[in-house]
This record gives sequence, structure tokens and C-alpha cells, in this order.
Amino acid sequence: MSDGTITRMDLTEAVFREVGLSRSESSALVESVLQEISDALVRGETVKISSFGTFMVREKGERIGRNPKTGEEVPIHPRRVLSFRPSHLLKERVAAGNGA
Amino acid sequence: MIRSELIQKISDANPHLAHKDVERIVSAIFEEIVMAMADGRRVELRGFGAFSVKSRDARIGRNPRTGESVPVKAKAVPFFKAGKLLRDRLNGAD
Repeated sequence: MSDGTITRMDLTEAVFREVGLSRSESSALVESVLQEISDALVRGETVKISSFGTFMVREKGERIGRNPKTGEEVPIHPRRVLSFRPSHLLKERVAAGNGA
Repeated sequence: MIRSELIQKISDANPHLAHKDVERIVSAIFEEIVMAMADGRRVELRGFGAFSVKSRDARIGRNPRTGESVPVKAKAVPFFKAGKLLRDRLNGAD
């Protein structure tokens, strides 16, 4: 099982195998897919990839936090956080595993 | 933005590629991530974020309608954590 982390290189390789493009062009395409998703999220859009999952941006209001070391109260400013909701298909495939 | 709009944007930016090929490219990327997670592997995309698999212990669940106890088996669930660069961009550090 969990031997080895997957990186951009592996995604590039997957694109390279799928279509007859050069490795450098495959790499640029992986990058532009990540870039388009990021840009849409920064614009505040929800990104829904069918059979994969949904990325969405949520607004968090200001709240009072506490420095756990000193006990001092510090305001946590309003911010935007990203959440990912996996699709049913993704959840099922991860739960089932690849039977390795 | 949905999958087809993502494909369209990539397609517009790469007029030398057939639309069908862009569809295959985008699918190949997501399929690779799904396969890795089904294998229990971590997918780390610096700047964007990391997909990982967390294990949930077996527990006693409850049918919310009837209140009946039902055993829930241990299982693996997908998880995503946004990368620092993307988190900062979401908060205007662009």
C-alpha cells in the first residue's frame, strides 16, 4: 500500500501516456489545470469536478482565539478557507481500495 | 466552474489540441489522483494542496430515523488540505 507519494511528475507521466505530447507540454498542461482551478477558487467560485469532488471557498467570521502557550486572547481575523467534498465515487473507490 | 468549463478553458488556451484530447488529459489527471488515493497513497501538489487518505475506526452508528444502533466498519476516507500558496492567495496575498 502507501509506498511513495504522488507528485506533479506522476500526473505529467499520466498525461504523457494518455496523449502523444512531449513531457514538457504534458507538464505545462498539468500546471494549467491546477492553475485554472486555483484561479476560479480565488475568484470565489465553487469548482465541481464530476466523479471527483467539489472544491469550495467558505468565509469564516472573526473570532477570539487564544495563544495556547501564554493563554493570551488574540483576535482571529475573518478569512477564506478552502474545503473539498469528495464525490460519492471517490469515497467509494477509496473505501474499496485497489485491492493491492 | 464545472468539469466541462475547465476543459473548455484549457482547450481555448491550447488551440493546437483537439477538444477530445483535452478531455482525455483532464480525465487522466483526475484518474491518476483517484487511483493513487485508492492505493492509500498521498498526492502532494506543492502550492495547490495535498490529497491523502485517512482511516476511520469502526464505530457504533445510529439510524437517525429509528434511533437503532448499527455497527459501522472501519474505512478509508479521502481528505484534502489546501497548500500554503493557495491559502494565501484566497486571502488576498496575490
